[in-house]
Amino acid sequence: MSPVVVARPPRRTAPPAWARIVAPIVVGLLLLAVWILWVDVLGTAPRALPSPIAIGQELVLRGEIIGKAMAVTATNALLGLVAGALLAVVLAALAAASRPLDGMLAPLVAALAVIPIVALTPIFNTMFGASSQFGRQAVAGIAAFVPVFVNVLRGLRQTRPVHRDVLRSVAASPWQTFRVLTLPTAVPYLLTGLRIAASLAVIAALVAEYFGGPADGVGTAIASYAKSGRAALAWAFVAGGIAIGLVFFLATTLLERLVARRLPV
Amino acid sequence: MSTESTTGSGATTRATGVPSAADPAAPALRATGVGKSFTARKGEVVALTGVELEVAPGEFVSLIGPSGCGKSTLLRLIADLDAPTSGELTIFGKPAHQARLDQDYGIAFQQAGLLPWRSVGANIALPLELHGVERAARAARVAELAELVGLTEFVDRHPDELSGGMQQRVAIARSLAAKPRLLLMDEPFGALDEMTREYLQSELARIAAETGAAVVFVTHSIPEAVFLSDRVVVMSPRPGRITDVVATPLGARRDDGLRESPEYYAHVTAVREALHGTPTHRPGEP
Repeated sequence: MSPVVVARPPRRTAPPAWARIVAPIVVGLLLLAVWILWVDVLGTAPRALPSPIAIGQELVLRGEIIGKAMAVTATNALLGLVAGALLAVVLAALAAASRPLDGMLAPLVAALAVIPIVALTPIFNTMFGASSQFGRQAVAGIAAFVPVFVNVLRGLRQTRPVHRDVLRSVAASPWQTFRVLTLPTAVPYLLTGLRIAASLAVIAALVAEYFGGPADGVGTAIASYAKSGRAALAWAFVAGGIAIGLVFFLATTLLERLVARRLPV
Repeated sequence: MSTESTTGSGATTRATGVPSAADPAAPALRATGVGKSFTARKGEVVALTGVELEVAPGEFVSLIGPSGCGKSTLLRLIADLDAPTSGELTIFGKPAHQARLDQDYGIAFQQAGLLPWRSVGANIALPLELHGVERAARAARVAELAELVGLTEFVDRHPDELSGGMQQRVAIARSLAAKPRLLLMDEPFGALDEMTREYLQSELARIAAETGAAVVFVTHSIPEAVFLSDRVVVMSPRPGRITDVVATPLGARRDDGLRESPEYYAHVTAVREALHGTPTHRPGEP
């Protein structure tokens, strides 16, 4: 219990803002240089690892078909994300409202969280037909459901006692309390869940394509070009998959930031 | 229906046709034999016992006492936030539950309890919005209340942009939204610094006088209780009960000049003696 802090240990000075942007770019460029050196100059890289220059050329040359494949995969991921999140919000609200229902849903969700969801794809493909995208969308939806459900349910239980007292004192009905207090309190948690779910939905939609179904999408293209030895094109599609993931992640992160700024809890 | 309204014994013998209409002749608050006990692991804990209290319309009454004396518990029972285990509470002749549904009282807590995602105006309007008051009428009432608590320029701000004292003023405005004739306050200035506290005490005295509402005010500050109240109810713990009621008739003038006056000091001393005269006094204190 020393009353006064006499001297602080010398703090490490934070790097300036420009350095925080430039440093990772420099690291990236260095890695790219080593890659080119290994593949193009030394020529000792395995055949499946083409030069980044070759990948870039394929990206430009086949931009159109890569774009089409990306649209298919992204649409599957988005539909799955939206449907899974909606279902998660509704079920979480029901679970928060009723103890018995919560008891029924909790083990189901836990089970859902541990099944390797993409493993269901071949079964879905057989169930809904090999030309249907539904199996992939369903897989993305199940993948997105779990984090949204868990986070929203948690968020719905974060109301502060003083707020509950205020609403009781003004004789708010249970539905009014939910609409005015419980739901807004849960919104930041919903957005955190969505951010996690967005990445999972993209991964699930893409990996589900490896298990058959229609012959389109980024995953299908990667699988077939890798098998047929067109490594550079396969990698170009991988880049497309990364782009989808990035867009989903950035969009949900931005949404979370925007709302967090408006809802200082 | 008409038999219901006679339940508030004594003053409320008149049968009113409308069940929710308050009896103007009834006291703002009447507590008869009110007790509250909680079941804890080691059996029953008596938080409050044998509370008899009557507050007249427009009267300002403070509840004061050490921690655990049940003053906040009593306020929560009056507000129907908790149910008493024994006794009866009526607000303007109505059971506390009905009074809550009819918004006969407004309440403010130690924490302002504002919804952070709503603007100041929307926070003040919350009770009106929930009871279906139209947008135009709501806006007019919010403007009126914002002026009353001196926050007209802050109506569009959000609570996190306001100081603690300003947030508490918003909470008071919200508690007055439905024009209640009884205001319940649970240490509303307890978390504020002394300067803000004294300022808000003067503001509250003015607001109470302007609205003519009766106030039940929970505090643990003797000067605050004396400054604001017509009567100070002294409470004592284990079990929580009322041990004394000190009248503090300082008249309608409740401003900073009062804080320097000899009769104010005399009343502060009287309340302090009433507090320490209880069986819970500590050795070494007079």
